[in-house]
Amino acid sequence: MTETSSFVRTDMLPPAPPPVSQTGVIKWLRENLFSGPLNTTLTLCGLGFAIWLVQAAAPWLLHSVWNANSQNECRSIIAETWGPEATGACWAIIRARWHQFLFGFYPMDQYWRIYVTFAALFVAIAPVLFATLPRRMLWLSLLYPLVAFWLLWGGPIWGPVFTALGFGLWAAVFLALSVRLGVVVAAGIGLVAAAVFWIYGVGALEASMQSVLPLALPEVDSDQFGGFLLALVIGVTAIVVSLPMGVLLALGRQSDMLIIKSLSVGFIEFIRGVPLITLLFTASLLLQYFLPSGTSFDLILRVVILVTFFAAAYIAEVIRGGLAALPRGQYEAADALGLDYWQAQRLIIMPQALKISIPGIVSTFIGMFKDTTLVAFVGLMDPLKGISTVVRADLNWKGVYWEPYIFVAVIFFIFNFSMSRYSMFLERKLKRDHR
Amino acid sequence: MTLASDPPKDGFRLSMLIYDTRFRSVTIQVIVLVLFLAGLFWLLNNAYVNLEAKGKDFNFSFLWTRAGYDIAQTLIPYTNDDTHMRALIEGLLNTLLVSVLGCICATILGVFVGVLRLSHNWLVARIMTVFVETFRNIPLLLWILLMGTILSETRPSPRDFRFTEAMQAAGETPKASMWLFDTIAVTNRGTNVAAPAFSNSLGEVVLPGNIPVSLNALALFAVLAASFWGWRRLMARAKAVQEATGTRPATWWQTPLILLGPVVAVSLGLGFHLDYPVITRFDFTGGFQMLHSFTALLIALTIYTSAFIAEIVRAGILAISKGQTEAAYALGLRPGRTMNLVILPQALRVIVPPLISQYLNLTKNSSLAIAVSYMDLRGTLGGITLNQTGRELECMLLMMLIYLTISLVISSVMNLYNKSIKLKER
Amino acid sequence: MKQSVFFGSLVMAGLVAGVAGASTLDEVKARGELICGVNPGLTGFAAPDANGNYQGFDVAVCKAVAAAVLGDPMKVKYVPLTGETRFTALASGEVDMLSRNSTWTFSRDTELALDFVAVNYYDGQGFMVHKELGVSSAKELEGATICVQTGTTTEMNLADFFKANNMTYTPVNIADDAEGQQRFLAGACDSYTTDASGLAASRATMPNADDIVILPEIISKEPLGPAVRHGDNNWGDIVRWSFYALVEAEEYGVTKANLEEVAASTQNPEIRRLLGLEGDMGAKIGLDNDFAKRAILAVGNYGEVFEANIGAGTSIGLARGLNAQWTQGGLMYAPPFR
Repeated sequence: MTETSSFVRTDMLPPAPPPVSQTGVIKWLRENLFSGPLNTTLTLCGLGFAIWLVQAAAPWLLHSVWNANSQNECRSIIAETWGPEATGACWAIIRARWHQFLFGFYPMDQYWRIYVTFAALFVAIAPVLFATLPRRMLWLSLLYPLVAFWLLWGGPIWGPVFTALGFGLWAAVFLALSVRLGVVVAAGIGLVAAAVFWIYGVGALEASMQSVLPLALPEVDSDQFGGFLLALVIGVTAIVVSLPMGVLLALGRQSDMLIIKSLSVGFIEFIRGVPLITLLFTASLLLQYFLPSGTSFDLILRVVILVTFFAAAYIAEVIRGGLAALPRGQYEAADALGLDYWQAQRLIIMPQALKISIPGIVSTFIGMFKDTTLVAFVGLMDPLKGISTVVRADLNWKGVYWEPYIFVAVIFFIFNFSMSRYSMFLERKLKRDHR
Repeated sequence: MTLASDPPKDGFRLSMLIYDTRFRSVTIQVIVLVLFLAGLFWLLNNAYVNLEAKGKDFNFSFLWTRAGYDIAQTLIPYTNDDTHMRALIEGLLNTLLVSVLGCICATILGVFVGVLRLSHNWLVARIMTVFVETFRNIPLLLWILLMGTILSETRPSPRDFRFTEAMQAAGETPKASMWLFDTIAVTNRGTNVAAPAFSNSLGEVVLPGNIPVSLNALALFAVLAASFWGWRRLMARAKAVQEATGTRPATWWQTPLILLGPVVAVSLGLGFHLDYPVITRFDFTGGFQMLHSFTALLIALTIYTSAFIAEIVRAGILAISKGQTEAAYALGLRPGRTMNLVILPQALRVIVPPLISQYLNLTKNSSLAIAVSYMDLRGTLGGITLNQTGRELECMLLMMLIYLTISLVISSVMNLYNKSIKLKER
Repeated sequence: MKQSVFFGSLVMAGLVAGVAGASTLDEVKARGELICGVNPGLTGFAAPDANGNYQGFDVAVCKAVAAAVLGDPMKVKYVPLTGETRFTALASGEVDMLSRNSTWTFSRDTELALDFVAVNYYDGQGFMVHKELGVSSAKELEGATICVQTGTTTEMNLADFFKANNMTYTPVNIADDAEGQQRFLAGACDSYTTDASGLAASRATMPNADDIVILPEIISKEPLGPAVRHGDNNWGDIVRWSFYALVEAEEYGVTKANLEEVAASTQNPEIRRLLGLEGDMGAKIGLDNDFAKRAILAVGNYGEVFEANIGAGTSIGLARGLNAQWTQGGLMYAPPFR
């Protein structure tokens, strides 16, 4: 018997670590950045671009000056510290004028009102944004516009209070009549009643209540609004008012009634077909032709109205998309239950359609908010061009170019980026419901 | 057990207009129509009264008076002796030029970015995300301003290109030099490119409305069209031979000959040469100059809109179910071909409708051109003409009408296209 | 919220329409505030400071009028207007007067139905170039690229100038001064043209001011002045004479500081009429007799306004030139208060 010793392993080898190329950073790099010639090229291009960007902007940002009283002082500080050829950012302009970029010419001792309004904004929109909060908080959201109006513009508190009562009257008349006369007619009558109250009742009531219980904030003229405050006021008002308008327009566009349908389509297509800037010029130049002579109301109000129309047309299209996305069965089910048109809209169609439309509404709002920079073309103090022009007209800061723009861009970015993240979060959340 | 009651058959009462749902909609429509017409009448009447009170009239005859101002970039000849109407047309052409080119470039860049955002390359996907978020979230006006400034600050001034004999003697070199065998010079004002020129030129014909058309270009175009037709015939014949005999005749040497030969021959006959840009006292002359006001606006509009298009494309691709990709892989298609042949054609149906709105937005956004000195419709008609004539009502209404027409044309053309690619359900 | 304001406004529209037609003076008095259209930002002429208060040479005219009419130079509401909206705002009654460096021209005076009541600054369009270009006259600018502000008379003047001299140029129509300055400094245009006062202000703040020259040619006349609506002549008179009071005060050596002293001691009948010590000048334009005195007290005389905002003492450093008193060889010539 030949001695054949077969090799039998009695103890296991310790497990070898995976090859270097399959672990840790290198694996990640290989898989994510250099997985093929195309990917490698792309990676190198991307890296090169990023390095170039940093290289171009870094020295200028590193040589920033924060404390100076004028552009020339900035220049001499930079020349002293970094040599005569160096260039650097002069952020001192922002330090000196930040309040105008944010709030325009709002009286400085009243800034607390802006802070309160802004904080209250979050309280008011929270129930709209996050469905987990109690529904009763929605009443806060409804009250918010009047509170904000009073806080920002000031004056006696009774104006907003009675305006709210007017809305209450509208609601009461509507509830009383809607069963008998139908939704549209009841709403129309309610509106007439409320309008009569606003026109003839509010003034007298306001004056008498004010003499009994004077509760007032110092008044602030709307031409003192500027900067991001103005952008937010225009943007938020436009979007809030345009929502109901947009819903009505979207319904009008889908309506069976020929006249209503064609008027809605005409309005939407006209507004969407012309640039916002022509509408702004209409507000500032043409409205005086189409209103009775001697009428003059606030340029800001005129701009807000036109921007609202603009937003309403876009919102209407977003909501139409939401309506179109609903399966036909939903409408048929509503009919089968014997609901009439408005009941079906209120209980079945709109809650679903609006939910689908929220991301679209948010992005319309982002667009709206960015577009408020165009109001500079009609002489309003938007942060980008209006306030920058004002600040640069100061002899101390004449010639400062990049810094105001960068400051404004960063704030816009923060606002809009967080809003677009929110809408993405919503999109993801809604997706789970449907698929 | 009760029988369903018959609908009331008694005659028509006035109250039914409100209570009866059959008639209510008619009532509402009539009321709305009356209110609308009354409002319209009120506005027009006010306009009439106000114009009367101001001693103004509403007419467009000012369009035929001398404009008196100059426009830097003109597509058809223009001098300051021409009319405001001519300036309007220049502005309109400039608007159309930048819009059309912007839509094309934005689509290309947008698709590119949108696809790359889904790339497995971590760095590339991140860079594209940053690209999209940065450009989407900051107002366009700012991007237009910044593009104008970047182009004017990073490029050398024309005088840096100058190379004098004194410099040659001193052994210096100019601070900046032209690219591609001295055919392209990018200064801080514009891009100067060598233009084709013909020494035996055929001249040009002037169409009514003082629009010159170069006969050289026409001739070359005609020759090119003829060669293309010839090439199609060649290909058709080759295909016929292949189908009849099974072997395809060699066409590889005939194709370039028939496509390029005649054009080259005609060009040489016309005395083709390049007209190089030459530095003169202030700027380059000769060749073809594209001003930075145009380039900056085009780049800004392209990049801004492409960020939106990228999102649309990404959403479109994600909307196609994963099974499609898997099926394509199962058939053995490579990823690139899967994207081109399977995913994109289907995604297109989701992409096109929002894409139309982006085209409309781009066209409307081009009205911010004045921020970089580009004279578009808003710069000529809605800017200088309005300012010099004081006819704000006429100018603004005309401008709205023109933009509205452009928008309606774009959306109807794109809707036709959308219909043609729509899934045909039977 | 907005809706109620909107309805309110529409109603107001109806109400206001009824009272339209009252004179501007009565409206201003009833309102207790003068609404003055100004440039939102033009160095030295009109711009809000860090506290939001408008300051400048043009603004001083608004303040003088407010002092004359309402007795308080602070009772002015400033409405920033762009080149495109300024005349419409005035015509539609949005502002009571315009003091926004606007050039007095034939067509504006007639076609646009404005009344330019006086000239508070005689300007002219000039050119600014980099020294290294070696250009010493605007006539050497053949083929140059020229930055020009759009929405003003300057682009028409520029076209006229080059046409008259049979030269060509490439215009760069820039939207505002900041852009123009940036393009010029970057070398994207060979020359920057605007009113000479604006050029001086820009040059004063440039980092390399010594490398930049303003060419000697002034190619246009730009009489800048306050304007009011056609038709309300009394209001035009008020603005005109409130301004001329400042000019007259300088001619007779009346300053903000010595006004009370002069008023107590002077025997010069012209000064006594100006300061309302004699005659009834104020009554003739619907004001009281002290109107000119209040205007001068509010902002100082014309020379003081000039020095404080744009004169040699400031970093803009404009010389009086054409804007000196006629006795000093300039064009400032107030008609007699008589």
